[in-house]
Amino acid sequence: MNVMTPMRNVDGPEQLDVAEPISVAVLAMGGQGGGVLVDWIVTLAESQGFIAQSTSVPGVAQRTGATIYYVEMIKARADGRCPVLALMPTPGKVDIVIGAELMEAGRAMQRGLVSPERTTLIASSHRSYAVAEKIAPGDGIADDAKVYRAAQVAAKRFLAFDMAALAERTGSAISAVLFGALAGAKALPFPREAYEAAIRKAGVGVDASLRAFAAGYDGAVNPVKPVKAVAGTAEPKLEPIGDAQFDALVARARAEFPVEAHAILAAGLRRVVDFQDIAYGREYLDLVATFLPFQHGTDATLVRAAAKYIALAMAYDDVIRVADLKTRASRFDRVRAEVTAAPDQIVDITEFMHPRMEEVIGTLPAKLGLWFEARPRLLHALDRVVNRGRRVRTTTIRWFLPLYLLAGLRRFRRATLRHKREVAHRDAWLEAARAAAASNPALAKAIIELRRLVKGYSDTHARGLSKFDKALAAAIRLRERGDAPDWVRRLRDAALADEDGKILDGAIATIATL
Amino acid sequence: MAERSFAKEVADLRLGAGQEFRGEGILAITKALLQSGVGYVGGYQGAPISHLMDVLSDAQDVLAELGVHFETSASEAAAGAMLSASVMYPIRGAVTWKSTVGTNVASDALANLASGGVKGGALIIIGEDYGEGSSIMQERSHAFAMKSQIWLLDPRPNLESIVKAVEDGFELSEASNTPVMLEVRIRACHVHGRFIAKDNKPPPFTLAQALENPQRDTGRIVLPPAAFVQEKEKIAQRLPAAIEFIKTRKLNETFDGELADIGIVLQGGLYNGVIRALQQLGLADVWGATRVPLYVMNVTYPLIDSELAAFCSGKSAVLMVEEGQPEFIETALHAILRKAEISTKIYGKDVLPVAGEYTAEALSAGLRAFLAATMPDALPEQIRGRNEPAQPIADEIKALAAVVPPRPPGFCTGCPERPIFAAMKLVEKELGPHHVSADIGCHLFSILPPFNIGATTMGYGLGPASASAFNVKAGKRPIAMIGDGGFWHNGLASGIGNAVFNRHDGVIMVVDNYYSSATGGQDIPSSRADNRSRSTKHPIADAVKGVGASWVRQIDRTYDVAKVRDTLKEALTTNEKGPKIIVASSECMLNKQRRVKPLFNRAVKAGQRMVRERFGVDEDVCSGDHACIRLSGCPSLSVKRTDDPLKDDPVAAVDNSCVGCGNCGEVAEAAVLCPSFYRADIVHNPTTFDRLLARLRGAVIGFLQRHRDRRRIAFS
Repeated sequence: MNVMTPMRNVDGPEQLDVAEPISVAVLAMGGQGGGVLVDWIVTLAESQGFIAQSTSVPGVAQRTGATIYYVEMIKARADGRCPVLALMPTPGKVDIVIGAELMEAGRAMQRGLVSPERTTLIASSHRSYAVAEKIAPGDGIADDAKVYRAAQVAAKRFLAFDMAALAERTGSAISAVLFGALAGAKALPFPREAYEAAIRKAGVGVDASLRAFAAGYDGAVNPVKPVKAVAGTAEPKLEPIGDAQFDALVARARAEFPVEAHAILAAGLRRVVDFQDIAYGREYLDLVATFLPFQHGTDATLVRAAAKYIALAMAYDDVIRVADLKTRASRFDRVRAEVTAAPDQIVDITEFMHPRMEEVIGTLPAKLGLWFEARPRLLHALDRVVNRGRRVRTTTIRWFLPLYLLAGLRRFRRATLRHKREVAHRDAWLEAARAAAASNPALAKAIIELRRLVKGYSDTHARGLSKFDKALAAAIRLRERGDAPDWVRRLRDAALADEDGKILDGAIATIATL
Repeated sequence: MAERSFAKEVADLRLGAGQEFRGEGILAITKALLQSGVGYVGGYQGAPISHLMDVLSDAQDVLAELGVHFETSASEAAAGAMLSASVMYPIRGAVTWKSTVGTNVASDALANLASGGVKGGALIIIGEDYGEGSSIMQERSHAFAMKSQIWLLDPRPNLESIVKAVEDGFELSEASNTPVMLEVRIRACHVHGRFIAKDNKPPPFTLAQALENPQRDTGRIVLPPAAFVQEKEKIAQRLPAAIEFIKTRKLNETFDGELADIGIVLQGGLYNGVIRALQQLGLADVWGATRVPLYVMNVTYPLIDSELAAFCSGKSAVLMVEEGQPEFIETALHAILRKAEISTKIYGKDVLPVAGEYTAEALSAGLRAFLAATMPDALPEQIRGRNEPAQPIADEIKALAAVVPPRPPGFCTGCPERPIFAAMKLVEKELGPHHVSADIGCHLFSILPPFNIGATTMGYGLGPASASAFNVKAGKRPIAMIGDGGFWHNGLASGIGNAVFNRHDGVIMVVDNYYSSATGGQDIPSSRADNRSRSTKHPIADAVKGVGASWVRQIDRTYDVAKVRDTLKEALTTNEKGPKIIVASSECMLNKQRRVKPLFNRAVKAGQRMVRERFGVDEDVCSGDHACIRLSGCPSLSVKRTDDPLKDDPVAAVDNSCVGCGNCGEVAEAAVLCPSFYRADIVHNPTTFDRLLARLRGAVIGFLQRHRDRRRIAFS
């Protein structure tokens, strides 16, 4: 007898059963264990006298793409009749939606799967950035506050916490934490023990999975408000640190500058003193102070911007700086922590460096550097020797020593060609800002903030610098316009939107027509 | 060796009569084949039917016990041709592939097979890759069935029905001397369900018996005049036999409902969706009881005119639910009713979408429109009045469009194909963009950000052939991509042989990652693994030279970005004529990790000295430009926000999923990016010598570090 076939109701009208199956949709990315999670859910349902059906559309999506899994389950009937379960979710008719990553929860809402009448939305609040977010030359990270806001209106219940962190802490996969959160949410009519039995039955990595399950369960039962990482939270305080010379700078800064600028000045001072010396710190305060006269009342935004970007401009990335950062004891410790090395393991570090003659010349005394630059053929010949990738094994004495000595060149830095160029460039920029500041402080601030475009090394640095120069020239041309600050900000954003600067060029072309 | 091991599923293949099978749809089909006494099985892997091939690959012992021959065919054409064993001998054979692409490739063999007809049951199991999750062009396999007169089964998507369709399919094939296609949609392939198993049956007539008693019949060979006779035979004998079999065995199903004035005609595969849509309109329940009569076509070709006429007659209107286009069945239904002088109005593509998958929403809207037009009183009050979704979409939801990023598939962490495209990107920066003919395979992800490389795809293994027109004098040469899978599928002849013969002056980049990776890591002739039932280790470079290519460069480590870049530059600029072929080889990282990780962990546990490599980024050196990511896109290379109030932009960061493939460092070096990247070699179970050396280094380095730290102002 074919028990799976629905009976043919040939005897006229039959009372329709209004029972609906419980539906669960799981949105996960390849490699997150979405399939494992769904198998557990099916096992769980079947163990509790339900008939469950799951399906998915992985295709090539398993290669890091987004995948939707869908499960329906209904209490089995005593007469053995089989339900007809759907193979895909109906928008608005899903009881539980699980997003294995925050934006996947967002995607579920976009697709209409989440409804305020019936859906429990369970999401891991961690972010796994998409390629589109990662490749922007600036900050391409999407604003996840929008997902939280949407969830408040879209879902009947919303549960979110960082399940990736719990998975890492318990040495398991996020799928087990999600399964725990599902149990803790109590949205399915099954006891906790039944969930754990399903994990045991699958028989793979049971102990770690159960630990992660418990963590997920607790997370759902005792919900903590989702905390999202905010940039720049750890601003240092402008306070003495116990070094007489540095503390003198601090005292001066506290006396001269408005309190709103203290935090950023503290960060800036640390950066430039760490980069060079105490005298450099004095120079820094002198430069920032040139913007004090343009301050209107208590509005310290211009001074704050100056304090931030002058520090960045002064602490530019040269070979001395890189050698210094790479050889520090604190850096060795950080690497060990980052790669989660156990105390009894040895960690060897290899750097990937590609020095060019430009870097060599920049580190030479200015006159000597210029002498070389005037001889392009010699330069080219030398570049052929210098310019190649080098694997620098910093943890060996043979490689550590030269880097260490290079870092020691810091005391000669002020005499180098690179430094002279940086200073000249910096002064021209600040001059332009000051020139604007008298009549238009907002424009001055926008000009100062253009400095964000200068970053990177080698070609990337050259590209950033050329964008900066173009934008600065355009800013100076716009000086007379009332909406100049807006335009300059737009230029900066355009420059950060793509690598080649095509969008910036377009924006500059637009400005030319104004 | 495939990506997934099917040891557990193989045990399910041994289930006997009365035992319950629980599992995936495609595995149920595999079991059904063995229950049906199949004699041989072939096919070509590809979603959604890869698991059928994989589980049989892992089930060699079961197959040997039963005397079933299983072959991993070189292509769908090879698989289709394999069915010729059923032409003269009473042996059941089954082949499988992804459709319509696979059916395209196989159609030459299928047309010949269908013309001559078969004696043993010939079943073609097609994974209909249509709708969400599909990776191919959106077409219907239905057209192939019609043009070659192959019967097409489209069973209801539950395991019991699918398994029955396999058994019915063989019998139908034998009863009508015609090959039969069994169409299974993506979700049905992956559906988890259950059915009561039967005992496996060894084939009653074996391939060995056939070989030892060869038979021939020129009437079965497609050559005039037999070909003309065969066409007549199709119409005069095979079709009526098929119709008779379908009718008497009741392969199509009718579900009665009290709203007898209307009805729904549907493809079997859409049954669950239609029931759910009816349920939401209050006209059916989850147990399959329906108020609207249904005619479910588990056979969608040929149509049974008399059954359709009988179902429609006396009804004022029927809805034809037919997924995809053109609407062959709906058109035929019009003709059938017209000829039978039945005036029932037919709804179909006027209320349902013409193209695209019949999702829950599409079916729901279509059924509502049909009922509103034909029997509005049957609809519950709250639904009848409603045309639009009850609530407008909230602004908060609309705002998601700006933040939820697209997440297309991409190269895995540590993928050996990534450095190839990074190198191509570097060449592009030097020599400008080139026309790149892409191919099918994981390497096609190059068309997406961050690489944005590749202009066209013309089919599996056809990358080089699709560049063949560009064999003219020009300032730049074309570049064609092809994977090792496509290479052995047909590319050796259609791509390399073609280029050699026509003196093609372009560059062909063969991406060799030791497996047919995109389909699940199956072995192919150039695989480097030992395979107990297949012959592997046939180098692609040898094959290429064998068909006459002379400019051939073998790169044995694709992660050497500088080498790939320089080789490609040489290929684009050399004066040598003829195809320039670069074979870039490194093992698929997904499969390598699966192979190596357990070995590594075991060795560490056993106390052996093992080195794990991992990459990292010095966050204070990184300036947040992300140029490295634009040449990578690796999932483990991401960005993170820092605590540094002076940094506006997030810095690059490598997470713990890094497998230490080396791409980051190589790219940073080759592209002269920045010195932020480091590689950490983590030595597990260091030897005494390691420890001594580390202590010595630590002492010297530590002394110098402390010396400098003392002279530096300490900030927190």
